Parts: sequence; C-alpha cells; structure tokens
Amino acid sequence: MKPSLPLLTFAGAAVGALGAGPALAADLNVTVEVPRLTVAEYHKPYVAIWIENPDATAAGTLAVWYDANSKEDKGVKWLKDMRQWWRKAGRTMSFPADGISGATRAPGPQKLVFSGAKGPLKDLKPGQYNLVVEAAREVGGQEAVRVPFVWGKGGGRPATAKGTTEVGVITVAVK
Amino acid sequence: MTLKKRLLAVAAAGVALALPLSASAHRAWMVPSATVLSGDGAWVGVDAAISNELFYADHNAMRVEGVTVYAPDGSVEKIQNAATGKYRSTFDVQLSKPGTYKIATATSSVMASWTENGEVKRFRGSADDFAKQAPAGAADLKTIRGFNRNETFVTRDAPTDTVFKPTGKGLELVPVTHPNDLVAGEAATFKFLLDGKPAADLEVTLAPGGSRYRAAPGDFKVKTGPDGVFKVTFPEAGMYWLNASVRTGETGRGPGGPGGAPGGAPGGPAQPLAGNGFNASYTATLEALRP
Repeated sequence: MKPSLPLLTFAGAAVGALGAGPALAADLNVTVEVPRLTVAEYHKPYVAIWIENPDATAAGTLAVWYDANSKEDKGVKWLKDMRQWWRKAGRTMSFPADGISGATRAPGPQKLVFSGAKGPLKDLKPGQYNLVVEAAREVGGQEAVRVPFVWGKGGGRPATAKGTTEVGVITVAVK
Repeated sequence: MTLKKRLLAVAAAGVALALPLSASAHRAWMVPSATVLSGDGAWVGVDAAISNELFYADHNAMRVEGVTVYAPDGSVEKIQNAATGKYRSTFDVQLSKPGTYKIATATSSVMASWTENGEVKRFRGSADDFAKQAPAGAADLKTIRGFNRNETFVTRDAPTDTVFKPTGKGLELVPVTHPNDLVAGEAATFKFLLDGKPAADLEVTLAPGGSRYRAAPGDFKVKTGPDGVFKVTFPEAGMYWLNASVRTGETGRGPGGPGGAPGGAPGGPAQPLAGNGFNASYTATLEALRP
C-alpha cells in the first residue's frame, strides 16, 4: 500500500565500490530550463525536483515550485498534478515545506545549487541516482524528465537531458 | 414510517433489485470528479447514475438517499448539494481530513412469497420492511435475499486504509493495492470476501469508461483464486467499472416479479417463488492514472 522504504531498497545498491557512509562534501549543481511557450494562456509551471533511487522510489525532494501565496488554495490543490512526484513523495509531505518550497519561476535557465550538507543530500549514500524534474502547467501539459548522476564522487562530466514540451534542458553536476 | 420514508425505502430497494438482475445491460455507478487530491480545500463532485454506456448518464439517475461517506478517521459524513435529474444524480463530498474516503451504498433487499388464508402473498422491498410486514411463522415462506454494494474511493494527500475494514456482510472488496494508487500498465491486486470469507472462483468484470468512442466496449474478466485474490492490470489510464456477483439457490423472481405489483401480477393471482435464494453484488468505480 505504501511505497517501500527508500532506505531499505537502495542500501544494497549503494554499498559497492563507492563505499558506504555519508557522501563527500559535494553539492548538486542543477540547471533547469523553464521553456518559453507561445500559448494563449500561460501560467508558470509547478515544478518538483527530486532524487530517484534505481528502483524508482523517491530518495528525497529537493525543490517544489508552486504558488504558495494563492489566496484561493495556497497552491496545494494542484501539487498532485506533478503526479509521479506526488505518488512517490509529495503526498506524504506537508506544505509549505521548509527549504523545499519555492515560488514558481519564469521561463529561462534556472541555476540551482543543492548543498550536500543539507536536506536529502546530507544522508544520501554514494551511488547511482536519477534527478527528476517534473513540471505541470495550468491548462498545459505535464512532463517528467530524468537525468542520471552518480553521488559520492565529484568531478565527473555534467549529465544533461531535455524534455519535449514542459521541461527544457537540464544539467546536473556533482561538485 | 412516514409515507415519504416508505417511498424512499421502496425506491432504494428498487435500485438494489435492478442491479444484480439486469447487470448485463444497466450499470450503476458513482464517478468522482477526481480520485487523487491534494490540500485541505479538497472537494469532489460525484455523478451517480444507472446507464448502458460507461460513464454516460443515458438511462436513470441513481438514488442517492442511501449514499454514505466514510471518512479516514472512522467518522461517517453526509453528502452535500445533492440533486437528482432525469438521467443522473450529483452530490459533493468535502475531504476535510487527509486520507482515503469511501463513498458507498449498501442495500439489503428481500423478495418473498408466503401463504396467508389460502392466498399467495408476495413481497419485494427492503429487509427492514420485510421484517415488519411478513407475518411471524408465515406458511410456505420462501425468500430471495439480496445484498448489494456500490462504492468509490477518493484520497486527499497520503492514502490510508481505515475504510477497507470488512464488515462480513455480502461481497466486499479488500484492497491489497490501494484503489487510489492505480496506474495504467501496473499490476494491482485485490481480494473479494463473501460474508467475510474469501470469495473463491469469482468472476470479476472490469469495464473501461469512454465506451462511446470505441467500436468494442473493452470489458474484460478476471477470476479470483481459492484465496479470493485477483490481479488486474489496467490497460489504459481512465475510469473503470468493476463488478462481481454471487447467486445461490433460487434467484429467479417468478411470475409477479419484475414489473409486476408486489402483491401479484395485475389481473391474476400472485404466484409463489420457486424456492429460497441469495444474491450479492459488488460494484466499484476505480481510476487508473497515467504513469
């Protein structure tokens, strides 16, 4: 009924050549492009950025951009539209979430740095993960894009991926 | 019992009786406007009807007097803003608490015949009314009892399982996979109980909505194992109608049954039922989401 505990499921995968224990003092540098769309009615997308384990469970939520100041519904009414994130992580969280919640962002590249000393990265075991960027736009579409990255050894080449409509170019670098 | 109450009871029983005996044509359903919701301002609007095509209101409105809302904290809540039109009823449910709600009807019905002063008497209605109306120790008493459930589930925030506690009455669906955690292409597991015991070898029909726009309706069937468990993979995202029914003993209505007056067919004496019987049916509307 509930998704299996991420800790249990990725422990096996993480204890490998990379060794166990907390990660290096590295940060996760992410660039997310919010695509510029020519549509009659444009609303900035709600975006969830989270870390996915190899077994597709969530290892932690890094950021959720939504309209927490909406007088009507405090934005929470539409959080479920980021449906993959909602199912795997969002529905068990409470909002606003300290250090995670943020306002929606304008079109263009958005540079983000997630500290390795904070939040879900602080206890993330070294290993292979996906960074997932899922966007849902009012009267628009929904899309989730995955970018594989290795946590625990810095200096690798940045990984990148691009969505088709609702998510632009994403770049992920551990450094 | 006031006249109004009596009319409601008879109407509710009529709906219940219509379910198992004409399930192949007319399908009763309650379709919520959403099944997965977030935030403390969440409401759902529900359409309730008995139709041929799923989920288009094309036959009769479903009576909503007997609809009960089971909240995740164990409390029972009322439907709001109910209205009944020609083809469908609508009502709202406010999800004021986080967790999973069950929106459900459960109806017991009785058909009976007995002999009184040398005359055959017939009864059709609710189990409560039957207990009041049938004379104690009636001669030649034969009954066909029915128990019918119709349910749907909606969840605000994280799913909970308090509303799935079986009551041991009639056919009940016990989720192994949460009914608000269904995704197209993923296998889901459920279990059926009949009077609290595993309902083995039960045929379960699943019918997708949107049938108007398909040449073939797309219904499919699965069977429960000895433990009452069945697995299903919803082929597409969308709303699905799930139904199963059990009949034992005599289940026909006999002359003076459908369409006839409870006391017997007009213009002729009432005929007795052929024997005793039992039927139970279960219906749910489930939503499979996109991956």
